[in-house]
Amino acid sequence: MAMAKTALQRLKTAALIVLLLFFVAPFFVVLLNAFKENKAITSAPFSLPTVWSLTNFETAFTKMNYFHAFSNSLTVTAGSVLLIALLASMTAHYFVRNNSRMNRILFYTMVAAMIIPFQAIMIPLVKIYGSLGMMNSKAALIYLYIGFGSPLAVFIYHGFVKSIPAELEEAALIDGCTRIQTFFRIVFPVLAPTTVTIGILNVLWIWNDFLLPSLVLIESVERTLPLSTFYFYGTYSADYGPLMAALLLTITPVIIVYLFAQKFIIQGVMQGSIK
Amino acid sequence: MIAEKGKLARLRSRLIFTGPTLFIFFTVMIVPFFYGIYLTFTDWDGISTRYSFVRFDNYATVMRDGVFWKSFILTLKYVAVSVVLINVVAFFLAYALTRRKRSNLYRTGFFLPNLVGGIILGLIWQFVFNYVVVNIGRELGIPLLAHSWLADPAQAMWALVAVTVWQYAGYMMVIYIAGLMNVPSDVLEAASIDGATGWRQLRSIVLPLMIPSFSVCVFLSLQRGFLAYDLNLSLTQGGPFKSTELVSMVIYNKAFLSREYGVGQAEAFVLFLIVAAITLLQVYFSKKMEVEA
Repeated sequence: MAMAKTALQRLKTAALIVLLLFFVAPFFVVLLNAFKENKAITSAPFSLPTVWSLTNFETAFTKMNYFHAFSNSLTVTAGSVLLIALLASMTAHYFVRNNSRMNRILFYTMVAAMIIPFQAIMIPLVKIYGSLGMMNSKAALIYLYIGFGSPLAVFIYHGFVKSIPAELEEAALIDGCTRIQTFFRIVFPVLAPTTVTIGILNVLWIWNDFLLPSLVLIESVERTLPLSTFYFYGTYSADYGPLMAALLLTITPVIIVYLFAQKFIIQGVMQGSIK
Repeated sequence: MIAEKGKLARLRSRLIFTGPTLFIFFTVMIVPFFYGIYLTFTDWDGISTRYSFVRFDNYATVMRDGVFWKSFILTLKYVAVSVVLINVVAFFLAYALTRRKRSNLYRTGFFLPNLVGGIILGLIWQFVFNYVVVNIGRELGIPLLAHSWLADPAQAMWALVAVTVWQYAGYMMVIYIAGLMNVPSDVLEAASIDGATGWRQLRSIVLPLMIPSFSVCVFLSLQRGFLAYDLNLSLTQGGPFKSTELVSMVIYNKAFLSREYGVGQAEAFVLFLIVAAITLLQVYFSKKMEVEA
């Protein structure tokens, strides 16, 4: 009986290891082939590179305008994530502390809007913002991300603010703090764990988003990383060496961040789902 | 309740705290949503400033549009298969990883695809299917793998489903792990003292208590499935011979390539109604199934 149990355990572990290898293998395939020549890649994708060459990276780096795309992605992601956290926490706090009929209606409108898929509004969005001349700018993209991201953020903050006792804020107000001061000195610091959760969910979404930036950012200098990688792939589709290098260049920054922050990221996803 | 003295002061803090968020939210989501409904009654082509009212013509066109409904049926099949597989794999992974040593390493690995966007994942798998899998198939003499799945209309859809499951299983696994950690261990202990085996515990205690997690995961995978676009675009571009053209891609092409914005928006609106109905029904029924320990 005990023997059978350990055998079963081993079988389970073996199955998990095989699955794990299957899950991470595609990334290793990219890593392996990014240093090789085109011919070696397509004929023998599993062979180790005979010479570890960096030419692929040089080509990819300049052709996809990596530095530019990376800083575009960073600007858009950082700007959107910070502004969503700031604006949504203020709004959620106001909704909780001023629980009037009007505020409840506004809050439920935001919650209900979460069911609207992006595809249902992308066409009018392009028409409206195109005719206002707001296309092709990172600021407009950040503006749109705030609009799409704020419902979920307000919703999560709302649940959390409710659990903070109001006495603390009342005391601060009596001591002469203004409402803004009270929010930034007392409420916002208490909300920090929620802010981390919301920030992580939004970074994962915005850093990797494709459809919205592809509609807004038309000129190549404005492109974010997913866009420039995709267009690079479209233009050099037979050039596998530089393509693998381009993919590796796009994935690596995220994986480095993940290795350091994986605990927070996974916890963020866990907490974001329990709503 | 916190309130300032005087109407003006109240209005001021309302504007400071909620003004920017609500203004942006309304201009980005609510106005385009209703304007979109208005657009479905016009024949706007995307360029001209003038367009006329066509009443329900666009909806009539949608009803007759064979390409749209064909891709809709295709999307339904894709969603059905991938939602089941994602959740079965994710639950299996979560269940296998709870109460296990070094589960962190596994968790980190299984979650990895979720850090990378669908576009990049699609490009990676395009290479994997076209060269790596074919290479393995030839070396080992497996005919099923010796040609590219992406080139075969009968198999390309399975390639898309496989990558979708690979992409989302880790995400849902994390949610299931969170749910499993909330299953009270004293109930399980009591059950095992009463002689319930692992399988019996899973079926009679764990699964019923996990319904809220299933509800969240099925909701998320349904929504992502119906709206899938990125992976579809970069892995198969809808091909070969439109065998993998999901409904989001049809809408995008209708609006931005064929420049039939009115019809495209009507299709988008029909999709929204169907997806909203399906997901709300799903949430309603899984709420009814919930039990307490």
